[in-house]
Amino acid sequence: MSYIPHTDADRKTMLEACNTKSIADLFSMIPEQHRFPDLDLPSPLSELEILQELQELSESNANTTHYPCFLGAGAYYHFIPSLINHMLLRGENLTAYTPYQPEISQGTLQTMFEFQSMISALTGMEVANSSHYDGATSTAEAIIMAVNHFRGKRTKIIVSPTVHPQYRQVINTYTKGMGLTVLGEENLQADTDDLITQLDDNTAIFIIQSPNFLGTVEDIEGIKNAVHDMGALLCVITNPISLGLFKPPGEYGADIVVGEGQPLGIPMSYGGPYLGFFATRQKYVRKMSGRLVGETVDKRGKRGYVLTLTPREQHIRRDKASSNICTNQGLMVTAATIYLSTMGKNGLKHLAELCYHKAHYAANKINELPGYSVINNQPFFNEFTVSCEKPVTELNKSLFDNYGLIGGYNLENDYPHLENHMLLAFTEMLSVDDIDSLVEALGAI
Amino acid sequence: MSWKSPENILYTKTDEWILIDEQTATIGITDYAQDQLSDIVYVELPTIGDNFKAKDIFATVESVKAAADVNMPVDGLITEVNNSIEDEPELINSDPYEQAWFVKIDISNQEQTKNLMNATEYIEYCKSRSS
Amino acid sequence: MKNSEPTIYDISSPGRKGVNLPIPDVPIEDIPDDLLRKDLNLPELTQLDVIRHFQQLSQLNHSIDSGFYPLGSCTMKYNPRINEDAARMPGFLHSHPLQDINTIQGNLALMYELQELLKEIGGFKGVTLQPAAGAHGELTGIMMMRDYHLSRGDTARNKILIPDSAHGTNPASTTMSGLEVIEIPSDSRGNVDLDILKSKCGDDVVGLMITNPNTLGLFEEQIKEVVKIIHDCGGLIYGDGANMNALTGILRPGDIGFDVMHYNLHKTFSTPHGGGGPGSGPVGVSEKLVDFLPAPIITIIEEGDEDNPPLFGFTTPKHTIGRIKAFNGQFGVLVRAYTYIRIHGSSGLRSNSEHAVLNANYLRSKIEKTYNLPYKRACLHEFVVEGCWQEAPNIHALDISKRLMDFGFHPPTNYFPLIVREALMIEPTETESKETLDKFADVLLQIADEAKTDPQVLIEAPHNTPNARLDEVQAARQLVLCCRPAYLPEPEPMQT
Repeated sequence: MSYIPHTDADRKTMLEACNTKSIADLFSMIPEQHRFPDLDLPSPLSELEILQELQELSESNANTTHYPCFLGAGAYYHFIPSLINHMLLRGENLTAYTPYQPEISQGTLQTMFEFQSMISALTGMEVANSSHYDGATSTAEAIIMAVNHFRGKRTKIIVSPTVHPQYRQVINTYTKGMGLTVLGEENLQADTDDLITQLDDNTAIFIIQSPNFLGTVEDIEGIKNAVHDMGALLCVITNPISLGLFKPPGEYGADIVVGEGQPLGIPMSYGGPYLGFFATRQKYVRKMSGRLVGETVDKRGKRGYVLTLTPREQHIRRDKASSNICTNQGLMVTAATIYLSTMGKNGLKHLAELCYHKAHYAANKINELPGYSVINNQPFFNEFTVSCEKPVTELNKSLFDNYGLIGGYNLENDYPHLENHMLLAFTEMLSVDDIDSLVEALGAI
Repeated sequence: MSWKSPENILYTKTDEWILIDEQTATIGITDYAQDQLSDIVYVELPTIGDNFKAKDIFATVESVKAAADVNMPVDGLITEVNNSIEDEPELINSDPYEQAWFVKIDISNQEQTKNLMNATEYIEYCKSRSS
Repeated sequence: MKNSEPTIYDISSPGRKGVNLPIPDVPIEDIPDDLLRKDLNLPELTQLDVIRHFQQLSQLNHSIDSGFYPLGSCTMKYNPRINEDAARMPGFLHSHPLQDINTIQGNLALMYELQELLKEIGGFKGVTLQPAAGAHGELTGIMMMRDYHLSRGDTARNKILIPDSAHGTNPASTTMSGLEVIEIPSDSRGNVDLDILKSKCGDDVVGLMITNPNTLGLFEEQIKEVVKIIHDCGGLIYGDGANMNALTGILRPGDIGFDVMHYNLHKTFSTPHGGGGPGSGPVGVSEKLVDFLPAPIITIIEEGDEDNPPLFGFTTPKHTIGRIKAFNGQFGVLVRAYTYIRIHGSSGLRSNSEHAVLNANYLRSKIEKTYNLPYKRACLHEFVVEGCWQEAPNIHALDISKRLMDFGFHPPTNYFPLIVREALMIEPTETESKETLDKFADVLLQIADEAKTDPQVLIEAPHNTPNARLDEVQAARQLVLCCRPAYLPEPEPMQT
């Protein structure tokens, strides 16, 4: 199969125009011994054949439309209104690129502007960019922003151990060459009071997740004062669906709010593509990396949108840029914008309530089971941690093999002190029957 | 092209000007520099009390197409900053030598002023770059 | 305010609903008051309101589907729709990234196969699929190079050499990795200046980052010499794969000694650009760097036999730089690229590059008498001309770009690479027909003529687009980054 339009006659005319005898001659500058390698790839397939092959691969997965899924831990199975996919598949959304030429990119630009507006509203912050790759890299970019804000003079970073373990791994990778001290993993059982004692006037940023990785909603009021007393920035990682219901981090004093945008109308798709949202205070806007859209007017006085504050970026600042990022998650931003527009203020609240009530129903039931107890002693949203009597791998295997359920996240690899602890997540996709089957299965195993 | 370059001040190769008054000095960017950058939209200034060596970056200016670092002509301690150019960065385009000064400093090393260009030398230097 | 598309907030009306969610089928649990937010400023609309709004907005975009998009270095080729169907198969779309590997063998098999295909295409020993974009792949590659030297106790190396024609992401990725950039000028043929390169090589060099063909669309004629100079001083070669659409099936970068390269799946392998993303930037590495790949990579845990397929799973390389992204890369993009590669096979990929290069050279031949070509030699998949003439002193590349829009074309990349004045960087790609190229060339010649006879028509362009030229200075000075708060005044029209 090929998508090339050239006829033999076209090729002939075109080669003549180039003063070249054959297409191969166009490559005469390529070192001859390595030119035209014989690639050992499978033979080309027709569209029909590859679809059949992919169908088979796809069906060999256990997917969440067939197996009730109690796995969350940073990616969630939510209902996605049908219109979103239909709008994404429009060629004008799908096959446009970065809006470098605003006169013919107002669709992309205004969509990104509306995304920035809704993320600001949701997080309670003044400004938001038009996204990073995912929640983990958004968090790493928050660190870079804080270090730039302090012009490299503060070098200590405090990351709560209840931040998503994979985010912490990404932070460690990103910061390795930056001459920073990243604290928080020395004691994985440290609570916020312990973390606060690490704060000093060399601390650039304090990063906390709420609801945290174990499900608990953190009490950030007290932390905020301690962080700000030291002049450091407070970064809160959050689940955007929880903000349909809960007080936004902007209201309790966060300087940066980041998180994974996947729950906002983006399929789980085995981990990507998602988007990382990033919001902050107006006063820090010039230190924020990532693409940003601003409103302006055109020569005729008509409102329009452009990419703005671009001198911060790599194509102008090169080695002095605040980050190397040069894209956003474009189409995923469009998905999230349409999602938030469709859900609206009441839909998102209703959804958040559904998640909350289902999780609490499940927690109450599981707590009644002998051998199981919910360890979260603070409020939680749609996720909580259960201590079990048996190893989680054993429970999950039985849940899947015998009951057709995708069990929770096994916490002991990331938190050795949480041996036999499982993190369970609940969304609107789980019915009361699904939850009852989980409880029944846990009781029976 | 012609750019204004007053006689009473000294110039650097990185397009800053410095007006020296005994131990203190006023610093900004030149007419040539603002012209190259075009519409300036943002400036970031240091804080009073910051100490810089000659050639250190002490401020940044941005237009919509470019960003430039502003370097210290001589070693010095920042004693005053011109916050009005933060609110109205377009002043740097319209009046780079008077209203749009960046900082005032206490000079730490008078010797270094000998390395700077006078107006005639600077004009020649600008012409050589724009041809 | 003239008739611009209202914002989503402008068309909101309290009480409208876009979604009907089920009523709770579990008991209602009390929610502590102090946790609750007071207000949530999201719009309220029906589904039809939402569809009309975003439908209207989409009409304001140029896209590959709506017309020719010769944006240099971005490879705006046809995005086959089969890719979209593939990525949306329920087994892919509704799988959770943390599912037990036994329940997700289809995904892992696809990722493993894609690693193998990319290794073969680039001539590498290992591949990571984790990086989310080209720039993210660069960061990954530079970190691996840095850690490679460190692991050998070679701790004095802290410099990356980068040609002056490079994408801005190259120096930015270097700085992010804590290393220093040394810029290498180009010579009069658009190649890396070898004498200067040699003079900068020493035991402080981590490696060279090079784009080949470079951003002028030109093949580095002395590439083997360049590779030798860098390897002789103990450095490594990073290849920026942005321009790989010139070379699939033509040359494997690994074969000429490249140690690392990122692939841009959204360029070479046709995954849609989506208004700026998602991209995907897998990185291939030579033997030396296999142990430094980000963790985890996909491997075979148990070999299969006649009756059973192999069991795929994850592995952590011995000296891994760590994790660069949460979960499993931009998986949906990987499915699309895999589909595309399998459709083409070896012959198809080679044919793509051949026709991409034929199209670029053909277009070049049609305009090079009118638009000055600063480096006069055959190009690969793209070429750069100067968008200016002595006879038209007030015309800039930007004016030509804006005028092109009036004819339904997306402009080429402007003002890049920085080493060409008034640069217009043109990449037609292989999926454009001779007729389209002819039409585009005719328009470029007409615009060149207008530049000299009626420059105002260029300076005031575009004339037929949804918006005229926009005031970027105002956007930057009076930052309005979210739907206008009521207290801000209406912006003034731009002075002309």
